[in-house]
Amino acid sequence: MPQPGSNYAQPSPDGHFGQHGGRFVAETLIHALDELEVLYEQARADPEFQAEFAEDLARFVGRPSPLYFARRLTERLGGPQIYLKREDLNHTGAHKINNCVGQALLARRMGKPRVIAETGAGQHGVATATVAARFGLECQVYMGVEDIARQSLNVYRMKLLGASVVPVHSGSKTLKDALNEALRDWVTHVDNTHYIIGTVAGPHPYPTLVRDFQSVIGQEARSQCLQQMGRLPDALVACVGGGSNALGLFHPFIDDEAVRLVGVEAAGLGLETGRHAATLNDGQVGVLHGNKTYLMQDADGQISNTHSISAGLDYPGVGPEHSHLKDIGRAQYDAVTDEEALAAFRLLNQTEGIMPALESSHAVAWVVREASRLGTGQIIVINLSGRGDKDIQTVAELDGTTL
Amino acid sequence: MSRIGPTLEALRSQQRTALVPFITAGDPQLAVTVPALNALVRGGADLLELGVPFSDPEADGPAIQASSERALANGTGLRDVLKCVTEFRASDDQTPVILMGYLNSVLAMGEGAFAAAAAKAGVDGAIIVNLPPEESKSLRNALAEKDIDLIMLAAPTTSDDRLSAIDRAASGFVYLVSLKGTTGADHISVGEVNQNLARLRGRTRLPILAGFGIKDAATARALGEQADGVVIGAAIVSRMAALRADADAIPEALYRFVHDIRQALDA
Ligand SMILES: Cc1ncc(COP(=O)(O)O)c(C=O)c1O
Repeated sequence: MPQPGSNYAQPSPDGHFGQHGGRFVAETLIHALDELEVLYEQARADPEFQAEFAEDLARFVGRPSPLYFARRLTERLGGPQIYLKREDLNHTGAHKINNCVGQALLARRMGKPRVIAETGAGQHGVATATVAARFGLECQVYMGVEDIARQSLNVYRMKLLGASVVPVHSGSKTLKDALNEALRDWVTHVDNTHYIIGTVAGPHPYPTLVRDFQSVIGQEARSQCLQQMGRLPDALVACVGGGSNALGLFHPFIDDEAVRLVGVEAAGLGLETGRHAATLNDGQVGVLHGNKTYLMQDADGQISNTHSISAGLDYPGVGPEHSHLKDIGRAQYDAVTDEEALAAFRLLNQTEGIMPALESSHAVAWVVREASRLGTGQIIVINLSGRGDKDIQTVAELDGTTL
Repeated sequence: MSRIGPTLEALRSQQRTALVPFITAGDPQLAVTVPALNALVRGGADLLELGVPFSDPEADGPAIQASSERALANGTGLRDVLKCVTEFRASDDQTPVILMGYLNSVLAMGEGAFAAAAAKAGVDGAIIVNLPPEESKSLRNALAEKDIDLIMLAAPTTSDDRLSAIDRAASGFVYLVSLKGTTGADHISVGEVNQNLARLRGRTRLPILAGFGIKDAATARALGEQADGVVIGAAIVSRMAALRADADAIPEALYRFVHDIRQALDA
């Protein structure tokens, strides 16, 4: 979190990040958002809440996650010194759990016995089902039928955790439609239900509170850099779907202006094909899912169907703070294709014995592509946002192997 | 001034409840939209709500979602919706027309351009489901310049203080969302709506129309005791969906449905 005196105090009191963010929802939800905002402000300032959060991150999630020097990858690429922030080692296998623990604690404080979530790849659904079990909350997860088909392992996993998974048949039947359906559930059951949004998007205060819960990634990375290398890194690289793992890593470095921030979007089959999910590279400003931000949309304002090999990046919007960081030039957003991400997936397996999620493989792929332009003295931290076990089926299919 | 204020004022002086049907433009096809609007007026509609189809209708239940998907599959865009209004105005210069939709459709056209095009077509009001008063200033100003009302929604969860803020931002009327839920929900409680109506009545100078989950004449009539008007959407859209293979029969079916409700309201 930026300190008092930071030249970067976002959002504004009404939840805007520059021209982005805000609160664009049905009136019925405003009361719940007001309540959440007040409760979150209290919790944020309450040492007891912070202690509970830290305790669960340590003992349930397994934090801190290591900052690992990828020696053989560094040697192979012959460029910068590459470090991996190992969010893949968290309980449930991705950064998503950090936010879910925080929000489950908020749900408990609000006395709400039921939580709902949307999920694309299933990682956020699994993380939500996990904390629901941990805190004894009823849990319902919305998932597009397209995603249910490509992430069957995670669907079963959620069921084992006691959650019910609701298939969403509307629209494009993917993550954005799951989010719509979760909003419809919330508007109907707002009295007893907390909606655990899985990324730094949605109406205020979600982008802020998800960022804050995920900022543990950057806080750890910052002190690990100082401890292990004696200095701050030259660049941070993270994949951007909605943008929570990226913002969690970036945010504690936001005032360190010498540290370059690079978000990597999914270029899918290639930016020029239109079959991608690179919102910050190719989108226009609009309003979806409660916030103003860059969106993939057509001239009539209809939201486009996106494509990425990685379900977790396959989203036509992006968190509003990223849109602002793009506008002010503090962060840079590039995109890598399915093919580049797959090559990086294989490379990291074989050079380091680490299987990254296909989402995280996008961040690795950017470093592979840019390595020759980054000096050998540079230190790069890649956010390895999750592990790739969930993607083995997808990769095997591409290899023509039936498991 | 838009047609909405005078129309509601006239109804009030006659002690009649405003009947406001909703259809989605372009569902099941664009050619049906204007004949359907005319039939609704013949049946006794006082104001019309015309839905602007959107890819992500997060406040709508299954019936209106499906209707939006059908309209989009036909390629219906905001410009087509405005063309329907222009065409409707050629034969009806009296009945207020209110567009209902989501903010992104307006932003994609540009707020100023939308206001100008809507005024030219003969639109009287806009209901933007995902635009609360706090974020509404620039669109409100753009529309006000063209004498188009921006109608605000109030919900069962809205606090008393917010009701006053909503009144300050609204023009035309206040749309009271009758239940916690989406359009077409089936858990409406007349008693609860009336409580919220009474709460809102003390905080607004504007007429109050109730909508969401009103599906039949009996409910419309019961709510009409307190509300200045009722909006009926999903029930109409579902009837249109059932007839989509026989679209020529839609206007007559809508006429009969609305006519029955009109009679119940006036009885
Ligand atoms: C491992 C992993 N990384 C990244 C993402 C993308 O989300 P975000 O951009 O919010 O970090 C996901 C989403 O499912 C994920 O599972």
